[in-house]
Amino acid sequence: MRFGVVVFPGSNCEQDVVHAVRLLGCDAEYVWHQDTDLSGFDAVVLPGGFSYGDYLRCGAVARFSPIMNEVVRFADRGNPVIGICNGFQILTEAHLLPGALLRNVGLKFVCKPTHLIAEESVCHWLDVNPGTVLRIPVNHNEGNYICDPQTLERMKAKGQIVLRYCDADGSRRPEGSAPNGALEDIAGICNEAGNVFGLMPHPERAVDPVSGGIDGAAIFSAIVRRVAGIPESVVQ
Amino acid sequence: MARYEIFVTYREGIFDPPGATAKGALKNLGYPVEEVRIGKYIQLQTEAGPDAVREMCEKLLANPVIEDFRIETAEEA
Repeated sequence: MRFGVVVFPGSNCEQDVVHAVRLLGCDAEYVWHQDTDLSGFDAVVLPGGFSYGDYLRCGAVARFSPIMNEVVRFADRGNPVIGICNGFQILTEAHLLPGALLRNVGLKFVCKPTHLIAEESVCHWLDVNPGTVLRIPVNHNEGNYICDPQTLERMKAKGQIVLRYCDADGSRRPEGSAPNGALEDIAGICNEAGNVFGLMPHPERAVDPVSGGIDGAAIFSAIVRRVAGIPESVVQ
Repeated sequence: MARYEIFVTYREGIFDPPGATAKGALKNLGYPVEEVRIGKYIQLQTEAGPDAVREMCEKLLANPVIEDFRIETAEEA
């Protein structure tokens, strides 16, 4: 299986993503934002960072990079696309995912491990049992997810809410468990078809015990199994 | 060539963390402030007409999911 990792000017997590998928035995190659070809890739990753310096709005300029037309076509054909952190922001700006990501409540840049509870969703990028708690770090200034009430209800009905911030035991605090003020503690969502996934936490930073845990590997291994046609298995 | 002034603000009902923080600071200073909304101010010089400027706002300069915008023509030559 071959991953394409898109590099925008200002991306800074592309090497971590390549490391993470190579650990799983997959091929990975960088795709420059000026490129216009994704043929030969089985999955595409929009990595974290500060594309175009986060000028105007996070992801607003990257969304009009030449490669993004191809990413939209790739996603529309049902192929797997994941946007991590800045990549998630780009996916919302490109309208591949609903809603938007605002400045964190409290105006603080948040960089720390978080606990995430897997919701029952249609997402292709996660095949753990609903209720499973994953420990994956966040690192962002604009992770405060928001959408209008109708969109939220539709996403709930269609199983598009994939991950929510929670405490270590999986519980969510009444005042909110998100480190950034996100609506209903939302950390990750997918499109209706389940092939496009966006999340603020960085799974590529949690794939090796040396960096504090391997829960992030569940995200990449899920899509590898799916593309390879291996029946869904449960990773704990 | 015309010069446009564009004001981008969060839509009604969208929480504005920098605005809320500035409001708290103004209250601490003793001012009776009800609300602070912080947005963007953009100056644009272009040969394009008002319709094209509106399109620029809808496509790039504002995100209609969270923001409203207002265009004012500052100068026409």
